[in-house]
Amino acid sequence: MTADAIIQSLASGLLMGLLYGLIAVGLALIFGLMDVVNFAHGEFLMIAMYATFFLFVFFAIDPLLSAPLVAAALFVFGAVVYLLIVRFAVRAKANAGMVQIFSTFGLAIVMRGLTQYFFTPDYRSVTHSWLGGKTVSVAGIFLPVPQLVGALVAIAAFGGLYLFINRTDFGRALEATREDAGAVALVGIDKNKVFALGWGLGAALVGLAGAIMAIFFYIYPDVGASFALIAYVTVALGGFGSVFGAFAGGIIVGLVEATTAMLLPPSLKAVGIYAVYLLVVFVRPRGLFGSM
Amino acid sequence: MDTAFAERRRRDLIVAFVLAAIAATVPLFVKDSYLQNMMVLTLMWGALSQSWNILSGYCGQISLGHALYFGLGAYTTALLFTKFGVLPWFGMLGGGVISALIAMALGYPCFRLRGHYFVIATIVIAEIGLLLFHNWDWAGAAMGIEIPVRGDSWLKFQFPRSKLPYFYFALALACVAWFVTWWLEDSKWGYWWRAVKDNPEAAESLGVVVFNSKMGAAAVSAFLVAVGGSFYAQFVSYIDPESVMGFQFSLLMALPAVLGGIGTLWGPMLGAVILIPLTELTRSYVGGSGKGIDLIVYGGLIIAISLARPQGLIGLFSVKSLAGLLSPRRKEAVR
Repeated sequence: MTADAIIQSLASGLLMGLLYGLIAVGLALIFGLMDVVNFAHGEFLMIAMYATFFLFVFFAIDPLLSAPLVAAALFVFGAVVYLLIVRFAVRAKANAGMVQIFSTFGLAIVMRGLTQYFFTPDYRSVTHSWLGGKTVSVAGIFLPVPQLVGALVAIAAFGGLYLFINRTDFGRALEATREDAGAVALVGIDKNKVFALGWGLGAALVGLAGAIMAIFFYIYPDVGASFALIAYVTVALGGFGSVFGAFAGGIIVGLVEATTAMLLPPSLKAVGIYAVYLLVVFVRPRGLFGSM
Repeated sequence: MDTAFAERRRRDLIVAFVLAAIAATVPLFVKDSYLQNMMVLTLMWGALSQSWNILSGYCGQISLGHALYFGLGAYTTALLFTKFGVLPWFGMLGGGVISALIAMALGYPCFRLRGHYFVIATIVIAEIGLLLFHNWDWAGAAMGIEIPVRGDSWLKFQFPRSKLPYFYFALALACVAWFVTWWLEDSKWGYWWRAVKDNPEAAESLGVVVFNSKMGAAAVSAFLVAVGGSFYAQFVSYIDPESVMGFQFSLLMALPAVLGGIGTLWGPMLGAVILIPLTELTRSYVGGSGKGIDLIVYGGLIIAISLARPQGLIGLFSVKSLAGLLSPRRKEAVR
């Protein structure tokens, strides 16, 4: 394999990794906020992709333009999921761990069933968009435009999230609730409101990622499953709950995936990611950047 | 020994015996092969969930990767039979032993992990197994293995003409899984597991070797699940990676226990008796599994149960007339 091909493949791995970071950051945000893993995270991504697809088919809106709309819709969806399901799941007295896992797992299965029922298991795709299928050449390396734009969106989203958490009242409330939900209640912040908004924000971020993914990936009811597993690995690598750990975790996952794809048959490329997850948690049981 | 507890255990045993005897006579009246098929599946999932429950329910280590052991059991039996003509009985035993050993080898690093890190590790490991079998040409890769019919006897464990022998084997498997659970519940292992589940630090300080008890639970659980996998391979006589090691199998093993009552003696079987016929019937009533109705039913049930009755449906049977099958009271008895 030539040096060019290696650089080429690492560059696409990096772009994909930034997108993985964007997919995973909502998961990390919610976990950090309330120690809950959303096992329906992949299905959030899946409905965002469907939403983008239908906006394209029925209203001819390009995925790039529908991204903010999809993110807004997912924001509402995430908050509703918190208010209808998660709010009750975290109150469970018996089998608390099991309840947290299986309530969101149940939601994932229902969402998959509903999409199969209404949209059939067929594979869909956004056939022609502004960015789809285009490549640019940067210093002799060919980069797919949708992934490149996706990576830029991811960087912008992480930048925005950083400012949001540090510079706005809601961001500070979020950070404070994450540190000590009990104390926050004493100063008059409604914990439930913060949690609901946190779920909304987490879902909006994965919604943004879904709109971009819809440009270059097939859309089908099970599409979330494989990305969800990658997202858990990303979040775990970064240390559960660390929002910027997810950014770093995404980049690592993208590069590892690209490297594995060069070394092993393509159908085994996910093995590298999973192996890295296991290696990291065996050495550091709280993830790379997680506090011990 | 607490007499109330001892008495409850005796009653459990009698109830189980009566239920098994009734179950054994059902095929004499129900001749329809669709219904018999459904009963085989119900018993098999009940047995699998009962085995899953040992590690995830009693010992509290929630595994969503047990499809690995199911698949290993199925593949060991199928490969030994088709490649070397080894009788499925030996394959079953071999698959069980291999799975138990692998479970302990994997448990060695994994049992240091807590909570979600552990759950995700189990998913990821099963997924690696699935991908490896997908790419293993000798084992049929993605095409899988067709198990040829070489007889119609218990010796070869093949019954092309009737479902009845499969039914009785599945019943026996369910009884064994139940009995192992019943027996372990009152052994030192059972007490260790519950202590590890409730508070590992406290258990450790009282002299329970937490790590070893998790390893024991993993080995027993994996062995029984692999035997179930071997049975399944003979029953459907065609396996491929997705159909025996896919993630949905891990989930399907957990669901009956979650529904019936996780970490309880009767929960998994009760859950299977409700869940499997319900999904099979919805599936055939609506027509085709592609519609997604079965998923909606599954998922809806899981959400409802985990929110409304996290201790499972078994609690509803707590009236004395039903032989006191309940777990909360049992806990009191244990204390």
